[in-house]
Amino acid sequence: MVPGDLRYTKDHEWIRVEGDEALVGITEYAADQLGDIVFVELPDVGRALDAHATFGVVESVKAVSDLYAPIGGEVVATNDALSGRPELVNDDPYGEGWMLRVRLADAAQAEGLLDAAAYEQLIAEG
Amino acid sequence: MGVVGERLQPTLFERSHPGRGGGKIPHPPADALARIPEAARRATPPALPELNEPEVVRHYVNLSQLNYAVDTGFYPLGSCTMKYNPKIDEWAARLPGFAGLHPMAPDAVAQGTLELLFELEAILAEISGMDAVTLQPAAGAHGELTGILMVRAYHRDRGDTERTEVLVPDSSHGTNPATATMAGFRTITIPSAADGGVDVDAFRAALGPRTAAIMITNPSTLGLFESRIGELLEATHVAGALAYMDGANLNAILGRFRPGQAGFDVMHINTHKTFSTPHGGGGPGAGPVGVRAHLVPYLPSPRVVREDDGTFRLERDGERPASIGRVRSFTGSIGVLVRAYAYLRAHGASGLAEVSDDAVLAANYLRARLRDAYRIPFDRACKHEFVASASEIRQRTGVRTLDIAKRLIDKGFHPPTIYFPLTVEEGMLIEPTETESLETLDAFADALIEIAGEAASDPAVVTSAPHEAPVRRLDEATAARQPNLRWRGMTGAQTPCPD
Repeated sequence: MVPGDLRYTKDHEWIRVEGDEALVGITEYAADQLGDIVFVELPDVGRALDAHATFGVVESVKAVSDLYAPIGGEVVATNDALSGRPELVNDDPYGEGWMLRVRLADAAQAEGLLDAAAYEQLIAEG
Repeated sequence: MGVVGERLQPTLFERSHPGRGGGKIPHPPADALARIPEAARRATPPALPELNEPEVVRHYVNLSQLNYAVDTGFYPLGSCTMKYNPKIDEWAARLPGFAGLHPMAPDAVAQGTLELLFELEAILAEISGMDAVTLQPAAGAHGELTGILMVRAYHRDRGDTERTEVLVPDSSHGTNPATATMAGFRTITIPSAADGGVDVDAFRAALGPRTAAIMITNPSTLGLFESRIGELLEATHVAGALAYMDGANLNAILGRFRPGQAGFDVMHINTHKTFSTPHGGGGPGAGPVGVRAHLVPYLPSPRVVREDDGTFRLERDGERPASIGRVRSFTGSIGVLVRAYAYLRAHGASGLAEVSDDAVLAANYLRARLRDAYRIPFDRACKHEFVASASEIRQRTGVRTLDIAKRLIDKGFHPPTIYFPLTVEEGMLIEPTETESLETLDAFADALIEIAGEAASDPAVVTSAPHEAPVRRLDEATAARQPNLRWRGMTGAQTPCPD
């Protein structure tokens, strides 16, 4: 259920490192906890993000939550499809529901994040 | 529900018939239209609905009968304190001397109202343990902003301009971080401790020379009294910061805990929660703010002043130069404040302590009755509200808290607050208030227990609820994703509704 090739934060973001860039989204567990997502606010392309900085907001029928950058970098693309179809985050959180493409300041930082096993343990503990 | 005819009402526009009406302008001059300059005349008639008077009256009365209110049934909406509003409050607010007073009346003819405001400030100061109170803010969140603006003025006045951060626990009301942000501060969120309380050590670690204030709700949004509040307040003051108390849960502690005396510097009070003024669909409210002596100079102006001869007046412009200024027009929402005053006078000090005792007793009674059917994440003595969780029911049956809330509507109850605080999975925040009988509390507990049983035996009946309400399950996601905010049903000869 938790893809093995991604890294995770304790705030339930995932990151897929591809060379010096990475895709960022929120996990299936987070999307499930939030319930039906109705709005996703993402940063402008070109914005520099520090690790742990808030990069946007996700709003569901239950709650509004901040989104946190797993590691630092510059936003090179955002998922425009989410403005019209925020439900993609619920339907396909690790695929079409991606949020950001980031050029990483230091790809090695990703090593400090949770791996799939550690993240699975985190959500099992609630 | 005894609603006659169709329960959902067509709009007035849909009921309109050309030429029908409820009144006529008497004796319009024959050349009435000619007297209006050409350029000011509409090209087409306005798209107003045309109905007779009984049709309009029935429309609104039938709509009103779809409402669920504390006057029609139990309303355990946690965090909101939906207590019964005694009708004597309404009587007082309608007294012509209050209701008919013009807001710009000179002080000399407003003496009764000014005296009431002066006394109300003193009563609220006594209850909160504060030295002075402003009645100006129009709501609790407005009171928060007023309080934090006073905190900012206090630090600036001392030349202490490096304090840019406000600490709030992760279980706080969303208005707390919003307030801090509006006042120009950065919000630092502190995780809760495992027992649901404030994590005092995490607060200590975050406190420092950049901390302007901490904002604490006590009892917390989980309905738990902060047992280490003394330590936390002391650490806050050692760091040179001020302590703001969110008074949303004051109904739990009247006559038992006075925040000012405990060391809080500033707090707001929600009169619509604790002192039974209407929660009113967004209408005028009141969020008085109490402060300790060191913040009195910054209180909004004008305050009500009592002269040596016993008369009352409003402060003059510039009389208190350090004031943060006016935060609301005139002297606040007078009608609401009169209701709060009537409630306070009707109860007296011992009556108010009994209010809190009964609110706490009712919450603990329900907690004990529900603990076998639902998970109670913090199963210890609570204050005026508690959190129950359907997380285990969801695991077993797939039935979620949302479904249980909808099913409660079928059983004749307003659902509790759900999915708040955010720190509890599948949470429902239940606040019975002090005004319900044992029979009502039992009926509510029975309904929730029955629904837990249905979740196991017939989950579909719960997940497809409500079945008995005027409308079935609403598609909240689509409503939020593609909001349809305008009515566009007008067709035919008349012009469409203007955008």
